[in-house]
Amino acid sequence: MRVNVYIRLKGGVLDPEGETIKNSLQGLHFSEVQSVRAGKVFQLELSEEDPARARQRSEEMCRQLLANPVIEDYQIEIMEPPS
Amino acid sequence: MMRFGVIRFHGSNCDRDCYHVVDRVLQQPVYWIEQNQKDLAGVDVVLIPGGFSYGDYLRAGAIAARTPVMDAVREFAERGGLVLGICNGFQILCEAGLLPGALMVNASLRFACHFAHVRVEAVDTPFTWALSPGAVLRIPIAHHQGNFQPDVTPFQGRVLFRYCDAEGHIVPAANPNGSWEAVAGIANGRGNVVGMMPHPERCSEAVLGATDGVGIFRSLLCWWEEVGGYDV
Repeated sequence: MRVNVYIRLKGGVLDPEGETIKNSLQGLHFSEVQSVRAGKVFQLELSEEDPARARQRSEEMCRQLLANPVIEDYQIEIMEPPS
Repeated sequence: MMRFGVIRFHGSNCDRDCYHVVDRVLQQPVYWIEQNQKDLAGVDVVLIPGGFSYGDYLRAGAIAARTPVMDAVREFAERGGLVLGICNGFQILCEAGLLPGALMVNASLRFACHFAHVRVEAVDTPFTWALSPGAVLRIPIAHHQGNFQPDVTPFQGRVLFRYCDAEGHIVPAANPNGSWEAVAGIANGRGNVVGMMPHPERCSEAVLGATDGVGIFRSLLCWWEEVGGYDV
């Protein structure tokens, strides 16, 4: 089963990278861009067929390693297995 | 006599500098500690050097913080053992949960590599024992992720060093990375685990052109002699 894990900085945390990307987009005349938050995506392939179990294990991975809970939030997306 | 251990991770690059300062400047016994070592018996203080452990993959210090030797460091610290993390070592200690907070990318997004002034904020820890309160130290920094942010407020650790100007004033222009409260180095509440971004091992000998760093290492020896150690 494939799982996508999205890591983002928490709301109140300053994101100088996102800020710089926003400034660059505005410099390219995308003046509608109000804000940019940078993040990371991990694509996991799990030898696990049960979506609930895959989610639970992925959350454990986020807590133990993939995200730093001081500054980051995570979001888990379970991809349907190919039929 | 105080026995030092220097941890080497894949990608550490200030390990030899730390070893050299202990061996040649302090003239104390010093041992290498490898990343898979599970036992720290025989050392009184552990140094976690700077560098780019595991390529700084995922987050700076994240992979090193989850190696077997860090479990041993955690037990060592719980027993009162002294731990000093410098630069990447500071990042590793935060990632390991041994120090409260996180080190984020510098607010400038630039790698900061120059001398910085830091003010001594507390002298009642083994790491600052021989320093004067309010003293200004000139120590080099070299990092991309030194922007310290506390995990919760009020801050649960203790601030030991803050970036300042040459006169000791805390001013925004002297903060090289955007750290909360201009923090350059902190201790845990107990005062036996310390992390700092500046590199005292790079300025501990006259031949290197700066010696302000040696006071931090000498503090450990003074404390050891005066207090007589701790129960490990």
